[in-house]
Amino acid sequence: MSAATGYSFAYLDEQTKRMIRRAILKAIAVPGYQVPFASREMPMPYGWGTGGVQVTASIIGPDDVLKVIDQGSDDTTNAVSIRKFFARTAGVATTTKTREATVIQTRHRIPEAKLGEHQILVYQVPIPEPLRFLEPRETETRRLHALADYGLMHVKLYEDIARHGHIATTYAYPAEVAGRYVMDPSPIPKFDNPKMDMCEALQLFGAGREKRIYAVPPCTRVRSLDFEDHPFTVQSFREPCALCAATGVYLDEVVLDDRGGRMFVCSDTDFCEERRADGHRGHLLGEAPAAIAGEAGDA
Amino acid sequence: MYVAVKGGEKAIDNAHRLLAHARRGPADLPEVAPAQIAAQLTLGVDRVMAEGSLYDRDLAALAVKQARGDLVEAAFLVRAFRTTLPRFGHSLPVDTTRMGVERRVSATFRDLPGGQVLGPTFDYTHRLIDFRLAAGAEPPAPAEAPATPDEPMPRVTDLLDGEALIEREAPGEEGAPIGDLTREPLDFPADRDLRLQALARGDEGFLLALAYSTQRGYGRTHPFVGEVRFGEVAVEFVPEELGFAVPLGRVAVTECQMVNQFKGSAQVPPQFTRGYGLVFGQSERKAMSMALVDRALRAREFGEEVVAPAQDEEFVLAHADNVQATGFVEHLKLPHYVDFQAELELVRRMRAEHAARGSEAVGMREAAE
Repeated sequence: MSAATGYSFAYLDEQTKRMIRRAILKAIAVPGYQVPFASREMPMPYGWGTGGVQVTASIIGPDDVLKVIDQGSDDTTNAVSIRKFFARTAGVATTTKTREATVIQTRHRIPEAKLGEHQILVYQVPIPEPLRFLEPRETETRRLHALADYGLMHVKLYEDIARHGHIATTYAYPAEVAGRYVMDPSPIPKFDNPKMDMCEALQLFGAGREKRIYAVPPCTRVRSLDFEDHPFTVQSFREPCALCAATGVYLDEVVLDDRGGRMFVCSDTDFCEERRADGHRGHLLGEAPAAIAGEAGDA
Repeated sequence: MYVAVKGGEKAIDNAHRLLAHARRGPADLPEVAPAQIAAQLTLGVDRVMAEGSLYDRDLAALAVKQARGDLVEAAFLVRAFRTTLPRFGHSLPVDTTRMGVERRVSATFRDLPGGQVLGPTFDYTHRLIDFRLAAGAEPPAPAEAPATPDEPMPRVTDLLDGEALIEREAPGEEGAPIGDLTREPLDFPADRDLRLQALARGDEGFLLALAYSTQRGYGRTHPFVGEVRFGEVAVEFVPEELGFAVPLGRVAVTECQMVNQFKGSAQVPPQFTRGYGLVFGQSERKAMSMALVDRALRAREFGEEVVAPAQDEEFVLAHADNVQATGFVEHLKLPHYVDFQAELELVRRMRAEHAARGSEAVGMREAAE
């Protein structure tokens, strides 16, 4: 019990943390399998990261350094809110630097910098079931997973190609973990899918409302589903980041005016700032609005 | 434009300060006290206790105040508080025949032991806005009757049970564990204890709509209100170290026993079936809706064909919780620009390909002409 807050360390009581840790251990033992857990009601709404928050609360210790991102950015409101929650209830050090963090909670992105074995990436997951929009019934999808019957998913991807010429899934792109379970990697852009493969960091996925935890252990194969004649590809951007000139990274499109003015900037704000600090300069650095460029943009 | 969302800590703090200011309203009006809310907006407070799943009138009233009268938000506040409380056991089943009945009506019998007790009800009021209330008129004192001795009031379903006209409520196995969906994730198919718990916590509006749909033919159950009763019941608990029941206090509940479509078979003579509703506080709408939906959800048990939403356990139980529902619906306000960017890129690419195919086709046509 922390005297400062009147709540347990990291908010959850020890019994609850133990229950969640057991679910996490099971999830690590069966990579990609969705483990049901007795998700608690949190002081933030369902759908706003309660699963990720419960996982983080169960694994974080006083010596950890926490980073929270949403859409790749440390500065988005919900990321700020969750970071503040742990700073208040656990008193842990927080950072915006990917390299310094030991626990990174994320919504919708994987950081651009390569993660190491000393790090844990915690994903906030809205709908953990990759088959949910093909089969709404939980009783049925659990059976399909048990039988490793993923025909429905392959038919869906095939129909996309037949209808649109492309697989029309651009985020939350399904991936097979360790050659067995197909999982929903949470709504990260498919651009990030390859980063999960053989990642040195432990990856934990928490879905609070749906009461499921799953995991990808370090150095585990994660294969995005595809076909031999339609291999998996990721998004590419025509121009580099307007602030740091990075290429091969995921970019946000920023609307500058109502006359079609656009700029593309790194979605991963820490990555972008680090590059700018190293002297990389994009073509709009210095001109971009401060709200986008941040303080480093004025330099 | 999502740039505005990159507000950071200061903007959030300022937004919350503004919220507190808006909640208070004009400073020249006296601030409403939680005690007033608890005592005068009773039914709203009842709903917050029911959907917040915590019987604490003062806390619920404070939540209503903090939530600016938004009852779903208030239920959420109560739930988030509830989750921090230790759970030290479960009470004995409450005995509603020993309820201090304030209201009890039956639609199935003209008169019955214990009588029809109208109590405080909106029923039969003319829904005319009462402008005297705006002027602050004091209501006349209620009519009083001599106190009746505290006799048990038998339930209508027990009267039918005496003749075996209604299915027997199988008593739960002694000492069998009682499900709690706040401690174990809900699994399907769910047992009736868990279903009733989910319905009792469920959103009144959602249950009302589902119940209504059964009346309009989507999973019809031919219901009669055996009875609806409202009043206080004693809650008793057996501490392990004592080994006998001690009273914990009294809670006000509304109970509805619905008498439904009969069933029978070659072996069993026809009998009416039951739907059950029990909810904190006074809410006949919720208790009746719950009873109708409970009966509809027993389709599987009675071998009825599951064809309507109200009969579909996964559909009903997965969507009845308004704290979950509101969270997930409202999370769409959070930034999604990374996903949207991914979709944008694909749609642009497909449009470019579409345009290229179009001009190719035009080119071929021109060449042919």
